[in-house]
Amino acid sequence: MGYQTTLAKINAIFSDLSKDYVIYAPKRFVGDGTFTNIDTIRYGEITDLSEIEFAEKSNYSFKEVLLPISETLFYFTENEMKEADAPKKGAIVFLRSCDLHGLKRMDTIYLENGAVDTYYKRLRDKTKFILMGCENSFENCFCVSMGTQKSDDYDAYIKVDGNAVLVDSHWDLLDAALAGATEASVMPDSVTANNTVVTVPETVPQTLFDAPFWEDYGNRCIACGRCNFVCPTCTCFTMQDIFYTDNGKAGERRRVWASCHVDGYTDMAGGHAFRNDKGQRMRFKVMHKVNDYKRRFGTHMCIGCGRCDDVCPEYISFANCINKLNTLVNDSVKEEN
Amino acid sequence: MTVINPYIPFLSEIVAVIKHTEIEFTFRMTYSGEVKPGQFFEVSLPKFGEAPISVSGIGDGTVDLTIRKVGKVTDEIFENYVGDTLFLRGPYGNGFDIANYKGKEIILVAGGTGLSPVKGIVDYFSAHPDDCKSFTLLVGFKSPNDVLFKKDFEEWEKNLNVIMTVDTPVDGYCGKCGLVTQYIPEIPIENSDQAVGIVVGPPMMMKCTITELFNVGFKEENIWISQERKMCCGIGKCGHCKIDDTYICLDGPVFNYTKGKFLKD
Ligand SMILES: Cc1cc2nc3c(=O)[nH]c(=O)nc-3n(C[C@H](O)[C@H](O)[C@H](O)COP(=O)(O)OP(=O)(O)OC[C@H]3O[C@@H](n4cnc5c(N)ncnc54)[C@H](O)[C@@H]3O)c2cc1C
Ligand code: SF4
Ligand code: SF4
Ligand code: FES
Repeated sequence: MGYQTTLAKINAIFSDLSKDYVIYAPKRFVGDGTFTNIDTIRYGEITDLSEIEFAEKSNYSFKEVLLPISETLFYFTENEMKEADAPKKGAIVFLRSCDLHGLKRMDTIYLENGAVDTYYKRLRDKTKFILMGCENSFENCFCVSMGTQKSDDYDAYIKVDGNAVLVDSHWDLLDAALAGATEASVMPDSVTANNTVVTVPETVPQTLFDAPFWEDYGNRCIACGRCNFVCPTCTCFTMQDIFYTDNGKAGERRRVWASCHVDGYTDMAGGHAFRNDKGQRMRFKVMHKVNDYKRRFGTHMCIGCGRCDDVCPEYISFANCINKLNTLVNDSVKEEN
Repeated sequence: MTVINPYIPFLSEIVAVIKHTEIEFTFRMTYSGEVKPGQFFEVSLPKFGEAPISVSGIGDGTVDLTIRKVGKVTDEIFENYVGDTLFLRGPYGNGFDIANYKGKEIILVAGGTGLSPVKGIVDYFSAHPDDCKSFTLLVGFKSPNDVLFKKDFEEWEKNLNVIMTVDTPVDGYCGKCGLVTQYIPEIPIENSDQAVGIVVGPPMMMKCTITELFNVGFKEENIWISQERKMCCGIGKCGHCKIDDTYICLDGPVFNYTKGKFLKD
């Protein structure tokens, strides 16, 4: 149902909802960015919709709401384990269309690939998603190439324009709260083109895994992992045990974000590791994002948000890499014929 | 509905410890659920972390875990847990399907600790020799001091064709020497294009062995391997074991060679 209302009214509604939900949205943090003296836009708790940064793309995605950077799984003593409590409140997350597609990628891994992940599910079940529209494409976005520029899978769409607010609600609680507001036909803003256009190759022959093409990335990438950490569809983690005092018997097991670009990701006992070469790590990531994930699950993993390109301190462009790979694939096909 | 939390391990009792070498022990653990050879458990020690360990034997209400002491978690198991209990999660992975090998001529080639994940297969055909046409167990160890499952070998030799070899002999050793590959041509096989090969061990050993099996006429689709990779969650979430579109912890670690050969890290 679509409505036109006011900022004051919608803030009052969210203030009410905040009794049961923590509200997360992209916010501006001044002077906090990757590059000196640049603001960073990342997710934080809000109490008022005017705190939301609608005009720019967030540097980090919403994923930390469902997959915290560090999450306690259980507490232990020597002979006992106790599952960590779930947060009491649910969550409301403001996010853009591409990220809402990213949510489906997270769902696929955490709810469908193998056993259901208890920790993800218990947060996911209590989370509502509110779409923020995109009037214009941002730098490095290529959502249109990935087909993620639109989404209907939201609990609500909210557009704030000064004191006027447009809402399209799929959520009964919100419909009830907005009863009496002016009904309106509301269509989410979405882009129809991006400056960055990416052509994903249909198939990539395994012979190209060792192509000299990847060496350039091997020379440039410093394995900092930032591209993974900002990515809404990177979901890997590593488990860590923490104990409270040196000789204590109590502690907790946590999971923390892991990155396939960072050293140690594939380490095995005896110092053996796969993909020591950083170019091969780039190849591994690129193939996962736009090739092998699709073969397994039916859609590309990458949703084209461009955050990896925004953040890389070495100015490595993932979008360019895909396009170059596409050319390489086409050339190799031509050579064969 | 209560959802079972797959990350929380259960307590399992150590009912016996079998010492093979200084650094390789088999821990016989209580476990009564379904389990197949080639599947693995995560041995999960509070404060130290987890280590994926293959099932090396299946008993009545027990599973065997043969553990090599190599680092943080495994050191702790050896030093402090003997005679007590261990936390486990699992079993995980697909494991070997005995049905694929029944009625066939079988060559099983293992290198060192690679024998653990396939030991359940050997145990099975040693107990049911009539379930296959023939069974050759070909195992290589580094030296006579590294030989695992000595007692089991005595049992296996009764019903199976067993060839054991070591890379480097020591004084007084009078068994076979050299790499496993050199013994493959000597194994009597009637129809090599129907025979089954099962190969588990270090990557180089597996590669050379498979080449040799091809040389004597084995078909790709009749060869099975088990892949060891970095693992963490064991349940398709953490990403560490993924190669191409394959999660080793879910789809493996056992693969038919027609699929396994395409796995490039
Ligand atoms: C499917 C599978 C089956 C295995 N079966 C056996 C077995 O039957 N017997 C046996 O002795 N060993 C087996 N291993 C290897 C065993 O898991 C490692 O030796 C063990 O994890 C080492 O842990 P650590 O903390 O003692 O060593 P460390 O060297 O301290 O380990 C360092 C880090 O590397 C990780 N690590 C090291 N090797 C591996 C590995 N292969 N897989 C995943 N993580 C690793 C550890 O978790 C740890 O975080 C198996 C591995 C896999 C993947
Ligand atoms: S790979 Fe880059 S563009 Fe694709 S979803 Fe991840 S951060 Fe966004
Ligand atoms: S590609 Fe860039 S952001 Fe990613 S790990 Fe390498 S240097 Fe860091
Ligand atoms: S071990 Fe975590 S995904 Fe396979």
